[in-house]
Amino acid sequence: MDGRRVSRAVPRVRQVGFFTPNAPPQQPGPTRSQSGPPNSNSPPLSDSPASNSLSPVMIPPPRHLSDNLGARTAAVPVPGRANAGEHATVGSYNPTESVLGLESPPASRIGDGEFSEGTESSLGWYRRSNSAKFASSFPGGGFDLSPVRQPETVAAKQAKNQPPGEANKSGTPGAAASSKPVKQPSQRKDGPPVASSVAASERTVADRSAEKERKKDAPPPRMQFDDESRVGKAKRRSVLNQSEARNRVELFRHLPPHKNGTQLPHLESKFFELHEMHPAVYKVGLQYLMGDLSGGNARCIAMLQAFQEAIRDYCTPPEKTLIRDLTSKISSFVSFLIECRPLSISMGNAIRFLKNRIAKLPLVLSESEAKAALCSDIDRFINEKIVVADKVIVGHAATKIRDGDVLLTYGSSCVVEMILLYAHELGKQFHVVVVDSRPMLEGQKLLRRLVEKGLTCTYTHINAISYIMHEVTRVFLGASSILSNGTVYSRVGTASVAMVAHAFSVPVLICCEAYKFHERVQLDSICFNELGDPDAIGKVPGRADINYLDNLTEKQKENLEFLNLKYDATPSDYISVIVTDYGMIPPTSVPVIVREYRKEYLLI
Amino acid sequence: MPDTQALVNDFLNKLKKRKIEGSQATAKQTAELLRSVISQTRVPYTNQAGALIDSVKAVGERLIAANPVELAVGNIVRRVLHIIREEDLSLTTAAMAGLNLSAVSDDEDDTDRDDHPVLSAAAVAAASRSTLRPPSLQTLLEDVPDSAAVPHTSSSGGDSEGKSKSADKSSRSRKLKHDVIEAVNELIQDINTCHEQIAEQAVEHIHQNEVILTLGSSRTVLEFLCAAKEKKRSFRVFVAEGAPRYQGHLLAKELVARGLQTTLITDSAVFAMISRVNMVIVGAHAVMANGGVIAPVGLNMVALAAQKHAVPFVVLAGSHKLCPLYPHNPEVLLNELRSPSELLDFGEFSDLMDFGSGKGAPLLHVVNPTFDYVPPKLVSLFITDTGGHNPSYMYRLIADYYSADDLVVQRRPTSGN
Repeated sequence: MDGRRVSRAVPRVRQVGFFTPNAPPQQPGPTRSQSGPPNSNSPPLSDSPASNSLSPVMIPPPRHLSDNLGARTAAVPVPGRANAGEHATVGSYNPTESVLGLESPPASRIGDGEFSEGTESSLGWYRRSNSAKFASSFPGGGFDLSPVRQPETVAAKQAKNQPPGEANKSGTPGAAASSKPVKQPSQRKDGPPVASSVAASERTVADRSAEKERKKDAPPPRMQFDDESRVGKAKRRSVLNQSEARNRVELFRHLPPHKNGTQLPHLESKFFELHEMHPAVYKVGLQYLMGDLSGGNARCIAMLQAFQEAIRDYCTPPEKTLIRDLTSKISSFVSFLIECRPLSISMGNAIRFLKNRIAKLPLVLSESEAKAALCSDIDRFINEKIVVADKVIVGHAATKIRDGDVLLTYGSSCVVEMILLYAHELGKQFHVVVVDSRPMLEGQKLLRRLVEKGLTCTYTHINAISYIMHEVTRVFLGASSILSNGTVYSRVGTASVAMVAHAFSVPVLICCEAYKFHERVQLDSICFNELGDPDAIGKVPGRADINYLDNLTEKQKENLEFLNLKYDATPSDYISVIVTDYGMIPPTSVPVIVREYRKEYLLI
Repeated sequence: MPDTQALVNDFLNKLKKRKIEGSQATAKQTAELLRSVISQTRVPYTNQAGALIDSVKAVGERLIAANPVELAVGNIVRRVLHIIREEDLSLTTAAMAGLNLSAVSDDEDDTDRDDHPVLSAAAVAAASRSTLRPPSLQTLLEDVPDSAAVPHTSSSGGDSEGKSKSADKSSRSRKLKHDVIEAVNELIQDINTCHEQIAEQAVEHIHQNEVILTLGSSRTVLEFLCAAKEKKRSFRVFVAEGAPRYQGHLLAKELVARGLQTTLITDSAVFAMISRVNMVIVGAHAVMANGGVIAPVGLNMVALAAQKHAVPFVVLAGSHKLCPLYPHNPEVLLNELRSPSELLDFGEFSDLMDFGSGKGAPLLHVVNPTFDYVPPKLVSLFITDTGGHNPSYMYRLIADYYSADDLVVQRRPTSGN
């Protein structure tokens, strides 16, 4: 297993979650935790977390489920709080509404005033221009997004921001920090989460890219959480407190535990120490942490736009090259985001794209030109890979909806919602069944949006799919990612829906943009997953009569564990067709797309 | 029988309002009610069994109609009817063997008994034909219409007997009721102890270091798992919570109270976890004659996932849950829809729904079924108080407990009494 990897003198820290191959790397991984039934004679579970409480470098901090958006206190300087009321859709990616929660009330920004103003106005302007663009182009109107507009937008903003930005640079600690090389990790134990890894990456970024092109690389295995040596190193560098996980399921020891939202005040207090963190990235990270932003597209776009901001405000420190330094900054941002919540596969691909673009910047460009080019690249990525891709998918999929259809969907996928609304606007007569499940109950949000637009809907919970599947003619599902063996990696419960649909001979259509494809393979849902908040299972909000698990003795609590999985892997035999921006393909063609179009996608 | 009527009405009310939870409780109360009905029934000298059957059928019909989805009620009614027939038959054969009488009027069985005035062999054949004994050549060759037998029987009964019979009849009459009530008591006892008998078999199926998956809550499953734990088998249990009633939380609480390692998962995670599970053990609401299972909602999904991963799907069911009917369209006909407020709060969506628009039809339906149908091909094993069985064998068990005449529980309009 380790023959492929080049042995390195300095051990590189491996990162949790879905990260890009450019990142620090791969040491011979620990053996995967055994998948059989756990040894019953092992010490009681309360003992085992002691050895597992050490966390790896980037540990996804607690992702507190946002079932109660409005309950956030005003003291929390996370943007989006004030807008919680208007945002039933804060978590969803929907180009018709200006989303992604990036509407920050200016006053709530941390940081000094000038800085925030500049940032805010640029954010606001960009977003407004974006929203105007999006709103006009979808769903009813034509697609009049012009790429020409973007560089000019970006360049204009660059020019606008440059003076205030640079004026601030000298004053703010952020600028000071950015000028300080990351090569002094030892001075900042509590600071940047990734130190040696970044240093290592700086050193070998050049030869690594050459090496990548040379060999036919397998995707790097992710860091396994039960690898204690790296876990120990990582704990020292992490930003968030790694609390003891109470009762961890043995089978998932290789996954980082979920930490609940009580990390938020701690993180806020650390903001001033995170000198390298850009406020936009910090904001996005907090949104991930609190669960306000969910959904692959939304998270990816939010992250890329935050990086755009950071790039715009970036200024190359003296005696450094832009490429290397910017790459290391991006890596540090990414590691912070991973601490907030593990990366989704779409985010991983986007980061890989960005780093690739940075690496390929011609050296003759000046700094401002380089930054402008990068920002326009990001814009182009978002536009082509997500926005336009979604439109193409909607166009394809709408042809599969006939009058009189009963369409079933599970959870809340932005693409599926767009398809349904578009088909409704085209005047097709159909009926929608929304299937939902605990603990996230995302289907209710989708249901609300659909009923608002006048679609006839049926709502049910996942246990009832056998009952309702008799009447269903098509099943539309979204995906977080599609892997190279055709397995669909998406919200937990999707596999059950696809399986029952298959048993009743109902076709299953997965709607997924091609940028979410990945060359990794996975057979079941256990080897790689994300753990959610275990407390969300024990409590059923809104039903006080059935909270049976409130009064347990300590001894009883020892025996009881909660398992909250976020994703699962649907085998490819349950899937009829995958609708992507490259067309409608069978699940077996996914590796073809990954291979043929990956180069083009990276080079753009 | 005024107080019996009051009892019956009371029970009917409870059934209609769905106040009784669980098939075991329902079965037990039904059996007790029928026992009091039987003890209160006045039986005539002749055709006692017929009278008992009629009175039981009268009450049973109303009970079944009160809650058609609760199949345990119908099961117990049919069991009692079968008991009556069986007891009567055994009394008759004993009487015939003892008294060596040839008159068919001793046949006090049901109205569709044939009329064979002379031969005791023929009488035995007639007796065997109307029960579920395997037919012999004798029975197949005899062919006498039913309806003619009734008045003939009673008239010939009055004719051909002497005083010697009257003493037998009165003793027999007391005996029949007595026997029937004893048998019904045994039935009640069986219902009460079905958990123990099923739990005894737990050790044969659960070994060390197993991982068991279950959904929702069933007392049978709880006893089963605890029995295995008593025998020092160590295993862990994944409990799926079973929305929207969340009975899985209850089961998890019980299990941890008894010291079992339990993990509570959501229903959506069942497919994800089942690849690491060794066995799925669930309870059932009812088992149909084809081996299909009426189970709490969500179990069809679990059964399909278990089949995909080649995990045995074991159903625990007491024999009072075995129903002699075949399921036709069970998702609709043997299902109940519960309140949608368990899924969505009333009024949560009222700001969005505009009843004035369009056809005025409501834009939002909420579906909350109680039961799921699991076809027999997905079930690996049934464990009942009589042992473990294949789904394809379940129809044979019906012969032990039920008579073919009782499938439709209706008062006959031509009853002689």
